[in-house]
Amino acid sequence: MNLNFWLPLLVLCSSLFAGLIIFMLDESRSRLRTALNLFAAAFKVVAVHYMAYRLLVHGEMHQVGFSMGLGFEFLIKVDFLSLMFLALSSNLWLVTTLYAVGYLEGSPNRSRFFGFFSLCVTASTGIAMAGNLITFFIFYEFLTLTTYPLVVHRETRQALEAGRNYLWYTIGGGSVLFVGIVWLHVLAGPFNFTDTGVLEALDPAHYSTLVIIFALLIAGLGVKAALVPLHGWLPVAMVAPAPVSALLHAVAVVKAGAFGIVRVVFDVYDREFAAGLGLLEPLAIVAAVTIIFGSVRALMQTDLKKRLAYSTVSQVSYITLGAAILAPFSTVAAIVHLVHQGIMKITLFFCAGNIAETLGLHSVRDMGGVGRRMPVTAICFTVAAFGMIGVPPVAGFVSKWYLGLGGMDAGLEWVVGIMVLSSMLNAAYFLPVVKTIWFKHAQKKWRTKHSGRFEAPLTLLLPALATASMSLLAGLWAGWTWSPLGIAEQIAAGMGALP
Amino acid sequence: MESLLVLVPLAAAMGSFLAPGRGIASWGFLTSLAIPALAAGTAMDVYQHGARRISLGGWAEPLGIHLHMDGLSVIFLIMTALVGALISIYSAFFFKRDTARHFWPLWLLMWAALNSLFMVSDIFNAYVVLELVTICAAALAVLSGKTESLQAGLRYLMVAMAGSLAFLLGVGFLYAETGMLDMFMLSWELQGGPVAAAAFGLMTTGLVMKSALLPFHFWLPPAHGEAPAPVSALLSALVIKGSFFLLLRLWVGVFEPAGITSHAAYVLGCLGVLAVLWGSYQALIQPRLKLIIAYSSVAQVGYLFLMFPLLCTVPEAPWAEKAWAGGTYQAISHGLAKAALFLAAGNLILSTGTDRIHYMKNIASRLPMTTFTLGLAGISLMGLPPSGGFVAKWMFMQAILESGQWWWAVAPVLGGLLTAGYVFRILGYAFLLAEKEPRMLPVPFVLEKIPLILALCSILIGFRAEEIIFLLQEHMLWAIEVEGDS
Repeated sequence: MNLNFWLPLLVLCSSLFAGLIIFMLDESRSRLRTALNLFAAAFKVVAVHYMAYRLLVHGEMHQVGFSMGLGFEFLIKVDFLSLMFLALSSNLWLVTTLYAVGYLEGSPNRSRFFGFFSLCVTASTGIAMAGNLITFFIFYEFLTLTTYPLVVHRETRQALEAGRNYLWYTIGGGSVLFVGIVWLHVLAGPFNFTDTGVLEALDPAHYSTLVIIFALLIAGLGVKAALVPLHGWLPVAMVAPAPVSALLHAVAVVKAGAFGIVRVVFDVYDREFAAGLGLLEPLAIVAAVTIIFGSVRALMQTDLKKRLAYSTVSQVSYITLGAAILAPFSTVAAIVHLVHQGIMKITLFFCAGNIAETLGLHSVRDMGGVGRRMPVTAICFTVAAFGMIGVPPVAGFVSKWYLGLGGMDAGLEWVVGIMVLSSMLNAAYFLPVVKTIWFKHAQKKWRTKHSGRFEAPLTLLLPALATASMSLLAGLWAGWTWSPLGIAEQIAAGMGALP
Repeated sequence: MESLLVLVPLAAAMGSFLAPGRGIASWGFLTSLAIPALAAGTAMDVYQHGARRISLGGWAEPLGIHLHMDGLSVIFLIMTALVGALISIYSAFFFKRDTARHFWPLWLLMWAALNSLFMVSDIFNAYVVLELVTICAAALAVLSGKTESLQAGLRYLMVAMAGSLAFLLGVGFLYAETGMLDMFMLSWELQGGPVAAAAFGLMTTGLVMKSALLPFHFWLPPAHGEAPAPVSALLSALVIKGSFFLLLRLWVGVFEPAGITSHAAYVLGCLGVLAVLWGSYQALIQPRLKLIIAYSSVAQVGYLFLMFPLLCTVPEAPWAEKAWAGGTYQAISHGLAKAALFLAAGNLILSTGTDRIHYMKNIASRLPMTTFTLGLAGISLMGLPPSGGFVAKWMFMQAILESGQWWWAVAPVLGGLLTAGYVFRILGYAFLLAEKEPRMLPVPFVLEKIPLILALCSILIGFRAEEIIFLLQEHMLWAIEVEGDS
């Protein structure tokens, strides 16, 4: 019973209890609610960074677990891979909370919204810290349940439709994943993520079953990771309020799926063993197809949020692609892109939300003159968009560079081709937006809520500014030991993936 | 202590019948305090000292009445104590005085009968208490006195009576064949043969009718849907479990050792899967909340019957432990979640005057507690983690895949999806904005909290399974104990 034991639980419970207390608060106590939210978020950030420090510098792992009987073990453990996702979700939760407070000011049902918002973060924290597949699955499904009320928050018919769609996809994916996990347990018995090699030790007669199970697991996780053809829910779920979209795309749902795939490939199957079974190449191909498909679909969208949604489909698959290539650089790229995609995409959604909130603009075509009216938002958007395209020195460039290097290392030259093609497509759908914002004049009168006011309110502006500078700094100082890239390299080394 | 589990509610039933004054509910309150404590004491006893038999009045084997306490019975006793106590508190605030006068004696008598059903060791006594449960249940079902509920209740009574008669006939056959009635002596003495097979068929059919397995499910939705909310909760959460418990006891204890279960077990398993699919489908298209919940019972009971092919086809199966854990968890978490759902539906009717789901628009904003309850209980029904329903599904799935009878996996997977369909159909309406705000009455504090507590329990039992699974292993000790006695 020491700090090692309590800290992971505290990290999990900080947002859980915040959520539960917020449910009980009266609608009108908005100040108390905000204080509680920010306090819990700040606590989590500090605790997570402390755990990261202990692990990276002192090599100390925090874990807590108990048995449910019959090989059913609940295990929470902060290992190298957890760290990145944990740091991402805790930091972005803080920022998004601030943004959501500003965004939803004065709208109804805020207690419900922030309650589920906190539970949702609890779920993604749990996913990050899960020490075995059962615990992972528990939080993975918990995430589905807690995001549904957020998606339907507006309570319109359209929102409910999107919510239903979202549920069918995710619950369907959940049951496929469930079958896969149970089957794996029946074959291999209970095991934790650290026991790599369990599957390799099985009777080779089971290897063909392992291939089927891998397909089930990836199909189940691929729904949330929006792998083509399982991505259908994502663009529809855009009806949710902007902070929710930001959270879904950058931190919670999509990332949970991608992180799950990374876990399955790295810690359940072990990459060399998976490659031996011939599983990685098909996965890489699916990821590559998703990257191109998402970008092409994004080109066709006129609605800004929709365009961003398809861009997510494409960008998140970089993580899968990195995990599916057997080379140290790709491993680093997969891990670091978890963070890079998160901070860039959340910036884009914040900016889209700002523009929609302040000027009432949704379609890309109408966005002329925004640069003059909202210069800070426009700058943030531009930085993040350049990052997505892969323009140095923004963070996205680092991910793409490492992915390309990894592909060369593994002897898969087509990966570089995919990178180039994808970057061109990214440019093709992001540059017109940037051009319209800066160089076109306003075509019609804006439906402004706060006429005459310059820029969006500060609570909406600061989060965007913060994440945009993060994206820039993560790219500029990529060589620093404690940059996302530096940490990703340490993590890869800690997992034994780096020589 | 064990006999007090029966005597206390029996005495309270008498008391409430003889003194139906203003304080009639206090009989229920007192029982609700006593029974959980007694049940917990009994469970602790079995947990520490293992399964045991008690001879009432000190009469030895074939003559006296025996109680048999093992892991399975104490788990059902505790579940009944918890659900019964919470529903009693709810009922104390729910029923007006004239209905309360009928409700309390009937429910307390039924509680006594249920408790003894979970401890009984003799098939004739089992028949007697089962009949008592049925009569009380049918009387409770018609408590509102409306025409629809009278029709439904009468149909329920007919089916249940037919089931009881079949069961009694089976008891007679067994007695004629072996000359004994004690289940645990029968488990040693009974050999196969036509008479035993006939008894097996009759008793199984009778109990299956009472448990509302698929072809015999038709009486359940109207009976449960038309009864007052606390009664629906009692019928769904506890009464069905009574006959199922007896069926499980007989199959595993008596007929499986005699080697006559294997083919019938597959039949029950198939009916169970069909019940899961059909019940869930019906729940998807019902226009009223209580009917949705009632059809959901048909489906959820179907899961329980998967235990038979997993337990009664291969002797000493290595996956038996998991099948036991899955089935028992399913029974408990369904009991808790279903009681929560029916009570929440009762609150909705109190507030809006109807349970048609088209009128449920926007209750998420105006009855947040009730909506939350519906959601939590729904999670457990769907078998999503973290909940009791998830532990059940996990264990069942492992047993299914380990046994190689993979086709049963249709039920948990497809059934789970369909369940999600009807749960979110309810929640979808709850979140829908209403065009015009209908009138809503406030729901009293206690009535709103009790279903929430039940739903929370159904979630929380998913966090701790070890003790319950340990208790279940006590169940395996039967045969050895009986051998030691004789």
